[in-house]
Amino acid sequence: MDAEIELTVDGRRRRVSVDTRTTLLDALRQRLAVASPKKGCDHGQCGACTVLLDGRRVLSCLTLAVAQDGAEVTTADGLAAEGPHPVQRAFLDHDAFQCGFCTPGQVCSAVGALDEAARGWPSAVTTDVAAEPELDRAEIAERMSGNLCRCGAYARIVDAVQAAGRDGGAR
Amino acid sequence: MAPPVQPREMGRDLARRDGPDKVRGLATYADETPVVAPLYCAIVQATIGRGAVTGIDADVAAALDGVVAVLTPDGAERLADTEDAELAVLQSADVAFRGQVVAAVLAETFEVAREAADLVAVTYRDDGHDVRLSPDRDDLYTPESVNPGYPTDTHEGDVAAAMATAPVTVERTYTTAMYHNNPMEPHATTARWDTSGGGHLTLWDSTQGVHPTRKTVATVFGLDPHQVRVVCPYVGGGFGSKGTPHVNVVLAALAARAVPGRPVRLALTRQQMFALAGYRTPTVQRMQLAAERDGRLTAIAIDVVEQTSRIKEFAEQTGVPTRTMYAAPNRRTTHRLAALDVPVPSWMRAPGECPGMFGPEVALDELAERLGMDPVELRIRNEPEVDTETGKPFSSRNLVACLREGARRFGWADRDPRPGIRRHGDWLVGTGVASSVYPTMAMASSTARVRFAGGRYTVTIGAADLGTGSSTVLPQIAADALGVAVGDVDVLIGDTAHPEASVAGGSSGTATWGSAIVEAAGAFRDKFGAQPPDDAEAEGSIQPNEATERYAMSAFGAQFAEVAVHADTGEVRVPRLYGVFAAGRILNPRTARSQLVGGMTMGLSMALHEQSLVDPRFGHVVNHDLAEYHIASCADVADLQAHWIDERDPHVNPMGAKGIGEIGIVGTAAAVVNAAWHATGVRVRDLPLTLDRVLGLTG
Ligand code: FES
Ligand code: FES
Repeated sequence: MDAEIELTVDGRRRRVSVDTRTTLLDALRQRLAVASPKKGCDHGQCGACTVLLDGRRVLSCLTLAVAQDGAEVTTADGLAAEGPHPVQRAFLDHDAFQCGFCTPGQVCSAVGALDEAARGWPSAVTTDVAAEPELDRAEIAERMSGNLCRCGAYARIVDAVQAAGRDGGAR
Repeated sequence: MAPPVQPREMGRDLARRDGPDKVRGLATYADETPVVAPLYCAIVQATIGRGAVTGIDADVAAALDGVVAVLTPDGAERLADTEDAELAVLQSADVAFRGQVVAAVLAETFEVAREAADLVAVTYRDDGHDVRLSPDRDDLYTPESVNPGYPTDTHEGDVAAAMATAPVTVERTYTTAMYHNNPMEPHATTARWDTSGGGHLTLWDSTQGVHPTRKTVATVFGLDPHQVRVVCPYVGGGFGSKGTPHVNVVLAALAARAVPGRPVRLALTRQQMFALAGYRTPTVQRMQLAAERDGRLTAIAIDVVEQTSRIKEFAEQTGVPTRTMYAAPNRRTTHRLAALDVPVPSWMRAPGECPGMFGPEVALDELAERLGMDPVELRIRNEPEVDTETGKPFSSRNLVACLREGARRFGWADRDPRPGIRRHGDWLVGTGVASSVYPTMAMASSTARVRFAGGRYTVTIGAADLGTGSSTVLPQIAADALGVAVGDVDVLIGDTAHPEASVAGGSSGTATWGSAIVEAAGAFRDKFGAQPPDDAEAEGSIQPNEATERYAMSAFGAQFAEVAVHADTGEVRVPRLYGVFAAGRILNPRTARSQLVGGMTMGLSMALHEQSLVDPRFGHVVNHDLAEYHIASCADVADLQAHWIDERDPHVNPMGAKGIGEIGIVGTAAAVVNAAWHATGVRVRDLPLTLDRVLGLTG
C-alpha cells in the first residue's frame, strides 16, 4: 500500500509517495535521491543511517517513513548548508574517517550526542547522573558506540567530537 | 625501475582531497549512483547445505504488482565461462552451500522486490552437508600452492631432532576463528546493459579494482573488455572482500542484461554478506619451538589446518610468515585443507600474515615464559641476518628498532614478568608484545597517463581508494615526479576509462600505481620538457624492479598491549595499544596514521570479539549480522597509537615506500592475548579472548 507524506529534508519541503513498508532511510535514498545517510545493515545495528529527526538522532532504517508525515529531517549534508558544521570541521581536521561510509552517520550522531550532553543527559558511564556530564574520552566513546566504523577511525572520532564539543559543536 | 623521486610533497601531512564530500555524505558509492528509474534486485538463497533445487514456483511472486522478472536456473542466461564456480550463478540446479543464490527477483521498488523474493517457493533434494573443520579429519589434503602462489610446505633441517634434544621447547596448538570482512558498505552494484552497437555493460560497482572486475565480468559473459565499463569513484571499505568480484557482481550484470536499458541496483544485505562475499577461513596452527637456554631458536615449525570450499579452492598462506620471521636452523611449515560444503573463503586484510602471526607470536611468549626471558629480548635474539627463506638480505629490516622504540614509548623497561600479580581495584592488569610483518609487493602491471591543459596536470589511472587515502597520496607522488606543486595536480581514479591499473590488494596499491605515475611523469618530461604545450599527454607503466632479485622486502612492526581483566566477570579491556612500524617512507603521515590505527583497531576487534559461528546442523553462519558478529566499537578503543621509525629504503620502489594497509592488523591479537596472560596467568590459545576463556572456564 502506498501513502503520500510530506517531509522537510535539509530545509526543503518534499512530498513523496511511499510504500507503507518504506523506511525513512529508503524514502530518503531511493525516493528522494538524498543519499547522504548510508545503509550499512538496515537493522539498526551500525548507525550508518543516522539522521536528525526533529533535532534528535535516530536510526532512519528503523523508522517507518509513513509514520513521519510532517517531520523535519536533517542529514549530514543539511548540516553543512551554511559551510561545514563544527563537527564536520573537526572530522576533517582530525582525519576521523577513511572510507567515509560511516561518516555521515557519525557526524549526525556526534551532533546529537553533543546536544544530549549539553542538555545534561547522562550516559551509561556517567558516574554522577545528577551533575552536568563532562565530555571526557570515555563519555564520548560511550555515546558514539552506536556508530560502527570498520575502518577503525574511533580514536580519531573521539578526538574530533571532543574538539567540536569544546568549540560549541552542538550549534 | 626509475631512480628515486626527490620528496617535496611526498611526506607532507595533507588533508584528504575527498574529505569535504565524505563528511557531508556527498561521496557517491555504488548503490547511490544517480540513474533514472532503477529496478531493484533481491536474492533468494538456498536453505539447504548441499543438494539440488528440484523446483521453483515463482508464480505468486511474478504476479505481484511491480515485479518485472524472476530469474531462476531454468530461465537465466547461459554464461560463456563457468569455470569459476563461485561466479556461475543460476547456471545449474546444484546447491554447494547454504545461502547460495538460487533465484533473484527484479522489481520496480525495493519493498516489492524483497516481498517477491520471500514468495518464491523453492523445493530441494537435500544430500546432506559437511561443514566441520577439524585437524583430525581423515580427508585433509595438500593444496598445490597457497595464496597467491607460495609453496605449500617448506622443510629445512630436522625439526623433530631439534625438538628431541633442545633444553627448552614449546609445542602447542592455537586457533583463530572464522572472520568476515564486513566493510561498512555492503557489496553493491548499479548495472545497466545497453544493446546499441553490439551491446555495452556499465557497472558502477564497489570494488578494489575496476580493471580486474572488468576482466572477470567480460570473461564470464563472453564480452570484449571494451564492451564493459566499470566505474567506482568511492569504496566504503573492502579489506579484501571487494578484491575479487563475488557472485553479486555477476548477478547484477546478468539481471541488467535481462532488462536492456533499465538500470538495476543490487546491494547485498548484511546477512547475505556472510554467505556470498568471502571470509577468512578458521585456522588450526600446531606450533613447535625449540630453543637453547640463551633463547636462540634451534627449530621453528607451524603445521596449519584450514578450510576451503568444495567448489573452489582458496588456501590461506597462514604458515608463510613463519618462514621469514626468526632465525632457526631447523624449520618446517605445512598447510592442509579440508574441502567443505561452505562458501568460498577469500582475501581478508593480510591473508596469511594476520592469522599466521597469532600462533607463532603467542608461542614465543610461552617460550619467553619458560626461559625466564623478556619477550622483547627473545625476539631480538632471534633476529635473522638474512631472509631465512631465500637467503637474500633484506632491503631494510627494522624489526629490532620497532621493538626498542615501542618498548621505550610503552614504558616496557620496568615490567615485572610474573603473571597475575597486578591488581588495580577489581581489575587484573598485564602487558604483552608481538611482532608484525607484511611483505612489500608491487603488481606486475599498471599504467598511468599524464596530461597537461590550462596550466594543470591531470593524471588518470584506474586505481581505487578504499579509504586508504590514495586519492590524496597519488597526487603527492605525481607532483614530485613532475617537479610541480601538489596543488597543480589532479588525479582521477576508479574508472576503466582510465589506463589499466592493478587491484588494491596485498598493500601494493601505492607502490604499483605510484611507480606507474613516476614512469608516466618521466615519459612526459622526456617528450615535452618543462614547458609542455596544452594537451600534451604521455603514458608510462610500472617497470620490473631488479632489486627484488637481490633483496627480500618486507615491512615490520611491534605492537604493545596493556590489558585489564575484571577479576570476577572476566571482562577484557585494552586501555593501551601502541604500534611502531618500519615501512619505508611514509608518504602522508595523516592518512598513514589512520591506516595503521585502523589496522590495529581491526586487530583489537579480532582479539576481543570477532568469530563467525557455523551451526553444523544447518551449515550457515548463525551470527550473521552486526548485532551478533561483534566488531570493535568506539568504546573498545582507549589509548591506541601508531608510530613509525624513519626508514629509508631506496630498493623497494622510486618512492621508497612500503605498503601499510595490512601490517597494522598483524600481531595485534597475539599482543593482546599475551598481555591477558600477563594479567591473569591464564594462557588463552584460541581466539577470540572471550571472558569464559580468560576465566579459564573453557578451552
Ligand atoms: S543501516 Fe541503520 S543502523 Fe545500520
Ligand atoms: S570510515 Fe570507513 S567505516 Fe568508518
